[in-house]
Amino acid sequence: MIDLYETQRAMRQMRKAAMQRGVVAILDLGTAQTTCLILRFDGGHLPGNDGVGPLAGQSRFRVIGAATTRSRGMRFGEIDVMQETERALRTVVQAAQKMAQVRVDHAIACFSGAGPRSYGLAGQIDLAGDSVRESDIAAVLASCEVPDLGPDRTILHAQPVNFALDHRSGLTDPRGQVGNTLAADLHLLSVDAGVVRNLLHCVKRCDLELAGIASSAYASGISALVEDEQSIGAACIDMGGGTTGISIFMRGHMIYADSVRIGGAHVTSDISKGFGISLGLAEKIKCYHGGLVPTGRDDRDMIELTGETGDWEHDRREISRSELIGIMRPRVEETLEAVRERLDAAGFEALPSQKIVLTGGASQVPGLMGLAARMLGHQVRLGRPLRVQGLPQAATGPGFSAAVGLSMFAAHPQDEWWDFEIPAERYPGRSLRRAVKWLKENW
Amino acid sequence: MCAMRAPRDDYAPSRIAYRVNRLWLSPIFRITMLWLLPMGVIGGGIGLWASQPGSQELVRSIQVAVMARMRDQPDFQVKQMAVKGASPELTREIRRVLDLQFPMSVLDLDLDEIRVKVSAFDAVAHVDAHVVLGGALMLEITQRKPVVIWRNARGLALLDEEGHRVAVTERRDGAPELPLIAAAGAEDAIPEALAIVAAAEPLKDRLRGLIRQGERRWDVALTGDQVIQLPETGAVAAMERVLAMDEAGDLLGRDIRVIDMRNPDRPTIRLGDEAFAYLKTLRGLEKGMSN
Repeated sequence: MIDLYETQRAMRQMRKAAMQRGVVAILDLGTAQTTCLILRFDGGHLPGNDGVGPLAGQSRFRVIGAATTRSRGMRFGEIDVMQETERALRTVVQAAQKMAQVRVDHAIACFSGAGPRSYGLAGQIDLAGDSVRESDIAAVLASCEVPDLGPDRTILHAQPVNFALDHRSGLTDPRGQVGNTLAADLHLLSVDAGVVRNLLHCVKRCDLELAGIASSAYASGISALVEDEQSIGAACIDMGGGTTGISIFMRGHMIYADSVRIGGAHVTSDISKGFGISLGLAEKIKCYHGGLVPTGRDDRDMIELTGETGDWEHDRREISRSELIGIMRPRVEETLEAVRERLDAAGFEALPSQKIVLTGGASQVPGLMGLAARMLGHQVRLGRPLRVQGLPQAATGPGFSAAVGLSMFAAHPQDEWWDFEIPAERYPGRSLRRAVKWLKENW
Repeated sequence: MCAMRAPRDDYAPSRIAYRVNRLWLSPIFRITMLWLLPMGVIGGGIGLWASQPGSQELVRSIQVAVMARMRDQPDFQVKQMAVKGASPELTREIRRVLDLQFPMSVLDLDLDEIRVKVSAFDAVAHVDAHVVLGGALMLEITQRKPVVIWRNARGLALLDEEGHRVAVTERRDGAPELPLIAAAGAEDAIPEALAIVAAAEPLKDRLRGLIRQGERRWDVALTGDQVIQLPETGAVAAMERVLAMDEAGDLLGRDIRVIDMRNPDRPTIRLGDEAFAYLKTLRGLEKGMSN
């Protein structure tokens, strides 16, 4: 635990340094595409009298560089071949730097894989009728019992989502209030430590300092869900290339995150296998002709398949669009079924709001709305990332919701466990703080 | 996924290219390469070249050649000199002293030196020297006007109102209409002297001159060796008083050597020899009569 505290705290320090420099890179390492946004922070001054408010906190930064490239060496949202991933990262960072004309030294990254697992923790301390101070919050967070995460797992997010004082629950900030018992609910997200280590190493190899990491399902939820959905409760399904991320938001906090290891790349590989064509061509006809709901016209809508095998008959085939739909649909259905299972396992139907937002690059396939509405419930919509200042038109599609969400996360990070002081009792060894505390209590 | 467009060739910058690119984007390196380094190279090159004696010679010879060509331009030629506001003698003298060889280039003309030289003349109060369009040097001179003749140990001089010497003269009758003043320190009190002379207008025929005494007061010398001694202050008033006395009692027509007005409350006279002998006789008679 202490180990992770230190890493995450170091990242927070790095983030502070990046804010001072005013320039930070946002890296979205996906399975299909790698995106880099370069943000410039203007010191947080808000426009005074022109009636423009803080705009959900986005007015503090501006996107000055954006680049995206095909991912290399990534599988299921995890780094598979590090050299290849590093090349993709270099390409995208260099292109974004060229657009921004500024050198960037700090990066905040998100990734979708690494088997995220959510835990809900609860902690409680006795206040003895005193008012709640910051140290009490740290103490109540520290009192949460951390479950056995399993071998080689690490904590990615640990966010307090709810505070309760005596019998009043649902407090967002209990500081200054008086009570006898302070209880806290903590959402903890654990991931494979090896994946995070690889990511750290890869970013370091690109001469960048990592100033924070986040789950891309969480980042997508920040940007694709509107504020009301975040507070009333909604699920964000980030349909990426190799994984489909799920995050459930409630009262402005993420309370659950998971991922399904099926994505758009599987659809492409199905098409490739089904028709015996190259992956590139499969990707192309998926993008141009793909769909999920067959109509009568699709039988007559022929798609030419080209190839370079040399076999004339094989290279000059034609398929109908309904055949293509026939291959794509089962895979998307399988994905959505898996998502449904995860949502059921998380108890999503018990939530007051059943809103589901589909985003991510794979959500652009035509007919997904109808299919998802049938499989996941009627309150489904397609989500695009929030518009942020300076974002190029090319980067406003649903495939960029994780990157945009990460930008907003960079500007306004959620308080995490490690943002509070470690209570003296939990501090290792003979620390000075412990001595000071002892002196304070006894003198 | 549709937004993803696979590049035709799988381009990615190499690690070195990436690092060089980042280095180029760092501001200090950029300023150094784009400004400091070129400036240093150019400045160093010029300095190295200029430190060679041969190149210095070359620069100097080029400079001389360029200056010579400039000098020979017809537009820069000065062909003549005009002197305005000076008497013919002074003009001749100025031409002689300046000794300019026309035509000459305006670049060789030192107007400041000409001004200094011309101002050095006693008769010149102010000189305005400039080159006018068409290639002529114009000297506009304001001449000093002599108001008195001053006799001192070295001879006779003409002075203007400020006591500045206008010319040296050898003969008193060179300027007969000017009043004569004498003795050291006379040149410092010329306005007063002029006022006294103006006040002594009725005695014009008899006035020989004014003598400065001890650099503080004036004596008026009249024909017949008569002297009027004036006080330091109120000299004009004293002079008018003498004139009034003269009018009332023909003071100056008598055998009086000196009229001493130095103490304005008590004018004193010194008699001539004959008058004094007569006065003595008269006193003896008076004495004998009283006996």
